[in-house]
Amino acid sequence: MSTFLFNQDNEEKFSALLERYPDKSSLMLPSLWMVQYQEGWISLDAMQFVAKKLGCSAMDVYSVASFYSMFLLQPIGTHHIQLCKTLSCMLAGAKTLQEHLQNRLGIKAGETTKNGKFTLSLVECLGSCGTSPCMRLNDDYIENLTLEKLDALLEELSK
Amino acid sequence: MMVKLVSKNFEIPNAHTLEVARNYGRYASLEKLFTMSPDAVTAEVEKSGLRGKGGGGAATGEKWRLIPKNSDKPIYLVINADEGEPGTFKDRQILEFDPHLLIEGIIDSSYAIGAHHAYIYVRGEYVFWINRLQNAIDEAYAAGILGENILGHDYALHVTVHKGAGAYICGEKTALLESLEGKRGHPRLKPKGKEPEWFFGNPTVVNNVETIASVPYIINEGYEAYRAYGSAESPGTMLFGISGQVERPGVYELPYGTSMKEVIYTLCGGIKNGKKLKAIIPGGSSVQILRADEIEDITLDYESLKAHGSSLGTGGMIVMDEEVSIPEVMKNLFEFYHHESCGQCTPCREGTGWVDHILTKILAGKGTQEDFKIILDACDMLNGKTICVFAPSVAFIAQSYIQKFREEFETLIQ
Repeated sequence: MSTFLFNQDNEEKFSALLERYPDKSSLMLPSLWMVQYQEGWISLDAMQFVAKKLGCSAMDVYSVASFYSMFLLQPIGTHHIQLCKTLSCMLAGAKTLQEHLQNRLGIKAGETTKNGKFTLSLVECLGSCGTSPCMRLNDDYIENLTLEKLDALLEELSK
Repeated sequence: MMVKLVSKNFEIPNAHTLEVARNYGRYASLEKLFTMSPDAVTAEVEKSGLRGKGGGGAATGEKWRLIPKNSDKPIYLVINADEGEPGTFKDRQILEFDPHLLIEGIIDSSYAIGAHHAYIYVRGEYVFWINRLQNAIDEAYAAGILGENILGHDYALHVTVHKGAGAYICGEKTALLESLEGKRGHPRLKPKGKEPEWFFGNPTVVNNVETIASVPYIINEGYEAYRAYGSAESPGTMLFGISGQVERPGVYELPYGTSMKEVIYTLCGGIKNGKKLKAIIPGGSSVQILRADEIEDITLDYESLKAHGSSLGTGGMIVMDEEVSIPEVMKNLFEFYHHESCGQCTPCREGTGWVDHILTKILAGKGTQEDFKIILDACDMLNGKTICVFAPSVAFIAQSYIQKFREEFETLIQ
């Protein structure tokens, strides 16, 4: 038995979404998103809850949750820096930005700072090739990145 | 040089709100739409020669015709907004600046195929654009433009935004449908003959954002007006995204047939910092690379790019100057493909990794002549032995990098 429960807002959203699809299995991704926004990540416990909601096995949920790179299967830092590393951003100097971030934060890509404030991830093409280099800070895009812009941002977030 | 059919309202402040959008002609096609039969709408789109703008370039009208007539099952329209092909950033412009154009196109197209529910599958990273689109949809519902009895007519349509979660392969239409059904994004086997797509076993059309956003113009102005641009086989316009080392990167709407050189040197202001051009990837990273000396006569249309051994793809051009290391570019892309292979087919899952591994070795100065053979053997393994076109595309691009820039790889080996 899982101890996880949707909050009321998500319960209502779930019910409203049920009306919009021919089969409730379509609610897999929406449900996992709701879990992640509610908890910050997706635990095995929450997956069992989703499985019960959708009438499938917990393994089915795990299989999907582990396939998509945006689903977080463990907790991360408060500020999730997702630096794009793909070609157009690479041509615009993403590697330099990566090194700078690693030095300033004292972590490697894929790691979280000890105080739990920052997680640095390298991600594939964000679709901001014309405004590269680019990163996401949690859900927000920050484009046309420069070292100065990055420093100012880290300064602000470290306060 | 630019022709603004789809991007007409991009620079109008607040054109993403219903009030401004309506003042600038949005939803005007609906009045005409409901005087036409669904079949006549499909015929108009068919005659316009509208081709899919997500990469494949399939004929849109023909796709719509695959929906069975008098189906006793519900019919669905699914919009592919899973824009993830490296070098491609055009659909987000429509979502950001003119979401009502997309909604209008969805109504036109759904009416034509007999769908009463449309889904827009947007990549998970596009949170800002998802919110913008959802606001536009909410406004349309409140104004009676979506829902039951659209603008008083006997036609109902619902639109639902579905958020992806970070998987490049979900831009492949059958993987997208699997994902929409709540599963891993694994592409489906292709049927032997022509048939529609299937969403929970129901006949479905999957179209790209820009394709559907091109429909209102065709309904409003007629197919001949659309055919006035471009060429016989590539009619109309496309949003071309230019990135990399040019002075003015961005998205430009151009008629098919525009000179590639002119776009790069005039519209985009030439190569950054006065350097020389080395290479261009013309249609998103999954098409063959072109050397600077190959682009002289190229025009931006399906035929010309095909004749020059590449593809128009998504129209996302990545421009590289003389100082770029092609082996590093290839390595960057193979990290991408290795990461994004869905893993369903062994040749793709392992092959992309092998090539990535060999490239790492070459770049570390530990390559040998034997490595060329290993890469080309891997290409042979990638091509034609998998469920979807991911692996064959990767094989073709790998061959093009090795063949066209072999001396750069040789330098690293010696």
